[in-house]
Amino acid sequence: MSGATTTLSAGMLDQADVYLAGFEAVEKRWAGAPGWLRELRRGAMARFTELGFPTGKLEEWKFTSVAPIARTRFHPAQPDSRPVRLPAAVPAGAPHVVFLNGRYSQAQSNLGGLPPGVRVGSLAEFLKNGRAEEHLARYAAWREEAFVALNTALAEDGAFIEISRGTVLREPIYMVFCSTPSGEPAMLHPRNLILAGEASQAAIVEVYAGDAGGNYFTNAVTELLAGETAVIEHYKLQQESQEAFHVATLQVRQQRSSNFAAHSVSLGGALVRNNVNAVLDGDGAQCTLNGLYLVGGRQHVDTHTVLDHAKPHCGSREYYKGILDGRSSAVFNGGIVVRKDAQKTDAIQSNKNLLLSEDAVINTKPQLQIWADDVRCTHGATIGQLDSEALFYLRSRGIGHDRARHLLTFAFANDVLGRMKLEELRAHLERQMFACRR
Amino acid sequence: MLEITNLHAKVEDNEILRGIDLKVNAGEVHAIMGPNGSGKSTLAGVLAGRPIYEVTAGGVTYDGKDLLGLSPEDRAREGLFLAFQYPVEIPGVSNMYFLRSALNTGRRHRGLDELDAMDFLRMVRGKMKLLGMDESLMNRSVNEGFSGGEKKRNEIFQMAVLEPRLAILDETDSGLDIDALKVVAEGVNALRAPQRAIIVVTHYQRLINYIVPDFVHVLYNGRIVKSGDRQLALELEQKGYGWLGIPNGTLSPAAVAGAESVLAR
Ligand SMILES: Nc1ncnc2c1ncn2[C@@H]1O[C@H](COP(=O)(O)OP(=O)(O)OP(=O)(O)O)[C@@H](O)[C@H]1O
Ligand SMILES: [Mg+2]
Repeated sequence: MSGATTTLSAGMLDQADVYLAGFEAVEKRWAGAPGWLRELRRGAMARFTELGFPTGKLEEWKFTSVAPIARTRFHPAQPDSRPVRLPAAVPAGAPHVVFLNGRYSQAQSNLGGLPPGVRVGSLAEFLKNGRAEEHLARYAAWREEAFVALNTALAEDGAFIEISRGTVLREPIYMVFCSTPSGEPAMLHPRNLILAGEASQAAIVEVYAGDAGGNYFTNAVTELLAGETAVIEHYKLQQESQEAFHVATLQVRQQRSSNFAAHSVSLGGALVRNNVNAVLDGDGAQCTLNGLYLVGGRQHVDTHTVLDHAKPHCGSREYYKGILDGRSSAVFNGGIVVRKDAQKTDAIQSNKNLLLSEDAVINTKPQLQIWADDVRCTHGATIGQLDSEALFYLRSRGIGHDRARHLLTFAFANDVLGRMKLEELRAHLERQMFACRR
Repeated sequence: MLEITNLHAKVEDNEILRGIDLKVNAGEVHAIMGPNGSGKSTLAGVLAGRPIYEVTAGGVTYDGKDLLGLSPEDRAREGLFLAFQYPVEIPGVSNMYFLRSALNTGRRHRGLDELDAMDFLRMVRGKMKLLGMDESLMNRSVNEGFSGGEKKRNEIFQMAVLEPRLAILDETDSGLDIDALKVVAEGVNALRAPQRAIIVVTHYQRLINYIVPDFVHVLYNGRIVKSGDRQLALELEQKGYGWLGIPNGTLSPAAVAGAESVLAR
């Protein structure tokens, strides 16, 4: 612990004492944890204090200022055992693990009916039994990324899902993170680990939800390993409170001929940063990133994705769309890396944005680094407004102005929703999108 | 039903309509003809409330109400319908959903119950058959990837479902082969009724053979320069516009018809 303390005092970190106190409390609670875990946390804490919160000088943070996060004195979220209402996106009967203010809630979770070959539960429990060394923090870049480092240092719980070789899950598993407001700003660091074995198949849904008015900071990291020929669909629905900060990294490692899709819908939050990174680390792996961000008011949402083609014959498809209203702003940065050996890479990226107001701002940029020569990489970005001809056409048939705008907005997002195979979630989102913007 | 008085309208500082006077009574069918660029679509657009036009003088009453004071959607709810010369493609909105929404807003406006998907389908099936509309078109996005003929049929199909009191058809016949034209004309004629009025904008006598108008007007340079009965349309077909003092160089309808039939092939 002394090592971390020395580094901390040398750092330039805002509100350092808050994070230090939080870290000390974690150390104390986990005094009996295996050595590798304590080492990992210590290293990550030291790294976080060295890096500090990112500033606009860093290319990756040029258009997103995290100053509002850096200057706030967040306190570790307090346990809350009152029953909460599950977000409407979660069907009552579906298997789900629930975390209230960052802690596993056995009472709220429902893990009945899961077939043999799959384990779902609390990462804390799993860590206490000590088998995660092989995987935990092996994929997410805590040495480079301050927020991942902070999560690695302070995370105490989250979901753990292990799907054994050849297991096919017919039903999706929901991971639900609910935040209830407390008097002071709270921080949560959920840490999830998903291990999908060879030839397994599953759909996993992460839902982040918070009560209205909740001023808190979610700093989540999910690591996912897709084994050889596994077929995995990952969904993330972010509907935090409109005052919340949400920074999250989904870090995926794909093995040979695996097929992975990450669907992301980002609706809530005042300041949101989503990192989605996949390393296609085996021949013939296929990856789809499909996402939608829908913001208004003064919301800001930043999506950074990196598709790292490390092996030959891999394909990636990335489709992100954004809808911006009010004085909101958004950033899309789509990275594609094609390593020297990754011949026959086939990558397509598209980012389309719909601005519903003159005051909304979007920064979109592809970022390609291609080191192989026999590859196909295409990318395109568009920024547009609602089609005034289409608007008039709808109105000329009696459909009111607001509803016509809404219909066209929904139509714009429709193909993103259409790519989601999970019917129940798609239907829920369609309903929600119609409700939230009349 | 409709009374247009000294109507002037402009687009981006170009004055296009320069004093239109026209009266349409319930039960009547009026044809508006005239060379390209004379302002026919502008007139139709002004009546339907297309936002790009600015009315600079004159007025329009519809059932005694000030039409120009109504939003496009309120005009539609009051029974006005424009079949577009160039129907708009709307990717991502299904034709079925679109038309049901349109129908239900109109029904709500008239104090009727909304139709659910099943009742709607039952109601539209017959009209689809009447217009030779393939049912698969209903599940596609509005006009997206429709052929020219399918788009025009879709306009008339919408009209048949919405049952407007004043229908304005802007060149719905253009680009249709003779069989399609008959189908469209049948759709329009089915709507003819003492309480309804129809304005057809066309370049050709052809359509007028099937939808027989009570009055024919020639629009040129933003004004109605000649009005008559259907004989006027016949005369135009034979003589072109020259005898009306419309300068040479303006395409005669016959010439346009020739060009279009080449294009249609
Ligand atoms: N959006 C616009 N901006 C500028 N000028 C326009 C616009 N729309 C129409 N015009 C002009 O207004 C005039 C009348 O056009 P309009 O479309 O009303 O003619 P039309 O009689 O319907 O012709 P057509 O038989 O070719 O359909 C034309 O000179 C046209 O170029
Ligand atoms: Mg026209």
